[in-house]
Amino acid sequence: MIDMILLYDFALFAQKAGLIVVVFAITLGVAAYSTYGERKIAAFLQDRLGPSNAGPWGLLQPIADGVKMFTKEDFIPNKSERWIYILAPGAFIFVALMTSAVIPWGTRLTLFGMDLDLQVTDINIGILYIMGFVSLGVYGIMLGGWASNNKYSLYGAIRASSQMISYELAMGLSLIAVIMLSGSLSLRTIVDQQTGFGWNVLYQPLGFILFFVCALAECNRAPFDMAECETELIGGYHTEYSSMKLGFFLFAEYINMFISCTVISSLYFGGYHFPGIDPNWLGGLMGPIVLFSKIFFFIFVFMWIRWTLPRFRYDQLMHLGWKSLIPLAILNMLLTGAGVLLFEG
Amino acid sequence: MTPYIFLTLAIISVITALLMVLSRNPVHSVLFLILTFFAIAGQYVLLNAQFLAVVHIIVYAGAIMVLFLFVLMLLNLSKDTEPQKSNLWKISGAIASGSLLLTLVGAMRGSIAVQSPEVSDPGVGLVENLGKVLFTDFVVPFEIAGILFLAAMVGAVLVGKRDLKL
Amino acid sequence: MQLTQRSKQVVHKEMTFMERIYLPAILKGMFTTLKHFFRRTNTLSYPKEHREFAPVYRGWHVLKRDEQGRENCTACGLCAVACPAEAITMEAAEREKGDEHLYREEKYAAVYEINMLRCIFCGLCEEACPKEAIFLTDRIVPSDYVRQEFIFGKDMLVEGVEPEKRIDVTKRQRHLVEHK
Repeated sequence: MIDMILLYDFALFAQKAGLIVVVFAITLGVAAYSTYGERKIAAFLQDRLGPSNAGPWGLLQPIADGVKMFTKEDFIPNKSERWIYILAPGAFIFVALMTSAVIPWGTRLTLFGMDLDLQVTDINIGILYIMGFVSLGVYGIMLGGWASNNKYSLYGAIRASSQMISYELAMGLSLIAVIMLSGSLSLRTIVDQQTGFGWNVLYQPLGFILFFVCALAECNRAPFDMAECETELIGGYHTEYSSMKLGFFLFAEYINMFISCTVISSLYFGGYHFPGIDPNWLGGLMGPIVLFSKIFFFIFVFMWIRWTLPRFRYDQLMHLGWKSLIPLAILNMLLTGAGVLLFEG
Repeated sequence: MTPYIFLTLAIISVITALLMVLSRNPVHSVLFLILTFFAIAGQYVLLNAQFLAVVHIIVYAGAIMVLFLFVLMLLNLSKDTEPQKSNLWKISGAIASGSLLLTLVGAMRGSIAVQSPEVSDPGVGLVENLGKVLFTDFVVPFEIAGILFLAAMVGAVLVGKRDLKL
Repeated sequence: MQLTQRSKQVVHKEMTFMERIYLPAILKGMFTTLKHFFRRTNTLSYPKEHREFAPVYRGWHVLKRDEQGRENCTACGLCAVACPAEAITMEAAEREKGDEHLYREEKYAAVYEINMLRCIFCGLCEEACPKEAIFLTDRIVPSDYVRQEFIFGKDMLVEGVEPEKRIDVTKRQRHLVEHK
């Protein structure tokens, strides 16, 4: 595989590099403006105004927040594990950013006579690649919480990691049903099978709900924000962090949410396909537009849920994960298998 | 190009494995072991076994090492509570691992005929081919492994039950 | 014993299947929050906008001047007598020749102090005043760090002579007339 990459000509390399930079910039931009969106949506749901002073309608608020993060005092606790403490936020955001590589953002883009593939790399195990990096995401939290040498951080880290391990299982099992339907692990293939109204959510309603709940838990979003739970753990694993290290943690959480919404729209809602809209319109730009409107819808739903539901208690969380979601996911898998055998075999 | 990548990955994996054994802090050991797993996953990719590489990362780095780390974090890692091994233990450990090394080297010596990855079929590591092989040629070992896992799971549940009456 | 009509008996009944799968309750809750999403906010962006004070609002006192810029107060002391918190003190003085443009009557308050920490802003002083000299306005008494600063002398109480420094109390006056 490496050989193949090295054998590609320079033009293709430049294309891919450009796409990576663009995807990176868009991911960071969406993550930054998710913080703004989060605060605005929270405000509207609570009959408030939200940030309104920085720029028109407070649109420059994320930039102001970034400046604040950079200029705050960078504090390292005296008795912390210094290197791991520094490594943890970097590892967390690195893992969060890596997942966007295999996502198909559209079909092909024809711009200024150039033909661009809107996917960084179409590896045949795309969805497993994402699962792999999601499973690595727990290290940033665990190491950060442990290295802080603070009992609340450690509690947050332990809660977060056990929660993520538990919900990864149900997530993987509900994913298997989708893979059984499509017969491929490549995200491009899965998306291209859902043209028109053939969205996977119509065949996999239970699987979608399971996957969605697990995605909420994997992102440490409310109602599963056991890792942070401000009222009990004063911020959880990032209690001791300040300045841009804290910024990395918060940023990575929003990146995770963005990627989760992308994966949900690609797996269950047809990705860049929408009935009646050809993703090749506007020189291929229609695909990304459709995909991003789906992503933003799901980001809104994530925030809507956060500002509606109270947090689960820890034992309820584990109960839901192990005794409800995993058996339901296995049932869903069996039903899908039977369905595939009956109708396609 | 491939030999250089192979060499880099091999050196990384050996160094991190050594650091894993030699570092005093168990959490550092776990981190070095994760790096070793990544280097090995890179080797799998070089051998066109991408599925194996990703599964290796998910299972070992993503699940097993997390559990290791989980347990280590809950332990009291201060120096006072660390059990001191007597010299007898150290010597016997050195002899045991040394003889294991000798056996491995002896077993490997005769059979150095590693196929170069360029020669082998590039599709050998794909999920489809791997699945077909697993469910046809190697179905018996596969099923036995499954039964083993089931037994382990049942055992874990039994051990986990508090009021166990046998 | 029942203290209110709205109290509810807590029952630990077994949840039905629909209750146990949570989803209907969650959807109901999400619909409730969505209704608020489209509701108008009541927030006022404070330093930029100010909420209008009610006519009954009683804040920082003002000692009024008449149209020619002469102080109305004659230091009769009725306000100090009326004050239930004993916050007002004053020293009277006789008007000198040539000061007719400063004070309306022959007697005036040389010193007039209100202790804002004692004042309870009841408004009895303005009711007691026969000369329409003191009014409570809709200005908020500024905060400070030192107790001494809360004893407001004439420099803080008397309004300016210039038209733009006059303090409008017509709303308050109308309110007082209506309620007498």
